[in-house]
Amino acid sequence: MIKVLPRNIIRIIVLVLFQVFILNNLQFSGFVNPYFYVLFILLLPFETPGWLLLSLAFVLGLSIDIFAQTPGLHAAATVFMAYLRPLVMDYFAPRDGYISGTYPRVFYYGFGWFLQYAAILVFAHHFFLFYLEVFRLSDFFFTFRRVIFSGILTLFLVVISQYFIYRR
Amino acid sequence: MRNLIRFILNNHFFILFILFEIVALTLVFQNNNYQKAFVFNLSRNISGQINSRIFSFRQYLDLYQTNIALEEENVRLRNNLLSSYKQNMRSPGSAEFDSAWVQQYNFIPARVISNSVNKQNNFISINKGAVHGIKPDMAVISHDGIVGVVTGVSDHFASVIPLLNTDLRISSKIKNTGYFGSLHWDGKDPGSALLHEMPHHVTMNTGDTIVTSGFSAIFPEGIRIGTIADFAITGGNFYTVVIDLSTDFRRLNHVYVIENLFRDELLDLERQEGYD
Repeated sequence: MIKVLPRNIIRIIVLVLFQVFILNNLQFSGFVNPYFYVLFILLLPFETPGWLLLSLAFVLGLSIDIFAQTPGLHAAATVFMAYLRPLVMDYFAPRDGYISGTYPRVFYYGFGWFLQYAAILVFAHHFFLFYLEVFRLSDFFFTFRRVIFSGILTLFLVVISQYFIYRR
Repeated sequence: MRNLIRFILNNHFFILFILFEIVALTLVFQNNNYQKAFVFNLSRNISGQINSRIFSFRQYLDLYQTNIALEEENVRLRNNLLSSYKQNMRSPGSAEFDSAWVQQYNFIPARVISNSVNKQNNFISINKGAVHGIKPDMAVISHDGIVGVVTGVSDHFASVIPLLNTDLRISSKIKNTGYFGSLHWDGKDPGSALLHEMPHHVTMNTGDTIVTSGFSAIFPEGIRIGTIADFAITGGNFYTVVIDLSTDFRRLNHVYVIENLFRDELLDLERQEGYD
């Protein structure tokens, strides 16, 4: 339990820096941009209390906003995603619940479980983010395409990270 | 009262969620107007410091292209020098620089330290600020053409709202006929923008050059914007023209900030005359 705190602090810093300095500078064909920093919310321990989950999401989103000069945009989307997290977890819970001492990762609950869990939250985040950014329905399908492509890329990075960085 | 507290405790997750969303959305909607572009004065200075480190590294990777572009520009400028022209007048001693000429525009060179092209409302930060004479509402161009307008300034950095921002509109005209319209980006392709309000009787061809009209007190007249890629009548009597932008926003590095030395005079006059 003591190790959880420093590990998560390092993780949030690394993810914000990685997002701001590397991913935000990659320009894939103009409209696809992965938002890999959501991995932080996905990997928080099962026991994280609700208020802490939402506060962390807010802080994480806001720190991305500061560097991207989009006040409130990522914060709103990340808080929305954090709000959905317990609901999605309940929905996909194994028959005898989550075992204490485990984390929401491929290693503990398998590829299928993780993909479903991550996909729903990543796409919820991206939908909220891109439609809030555009804030009109006139280019609905163009925005939809941006959501899908960026979402797939983010999801790809999230799943890959499970095999390369967080093997345990 | 006790029921209220119990209600809040029972639903604290949802209530907290709503509270955070209200804070975040307030931030979003207070700041979506580019005129009041959010000035993270402190945070911009911090992120500006870090971004300029990163960019000083990235500069090395772009050095080759940048050199070529600068070289081309130098050649073009040298060609325009008075010394590259042959004096064709019969009488010697004609005045070349005299009091009949007053400098109107002042150019300040700057480097881009952070940039994006993949959002709806993109922003650029540059490494010059109030100390170097940058003020809000100055024009920014690159060697290829128009870039954007300065919105916020801190001591050593400034943020620029580029053409690739759905909030910015720029008065522009077709170079050879002089008809003007308002240019804006539709948020899709970072290589093209749309020109609206072009009357349907105007003749134009694909490939015609589009330049700034000089009607605002921001941009000088004749700064290159791009060329016509396509045009069609959409709704009513106006053409919507698709423009290929001449500036490659994905590889922006050296820019010039343009100060209009007569801006205050012009704005004063317009205010007196009651324009709006």
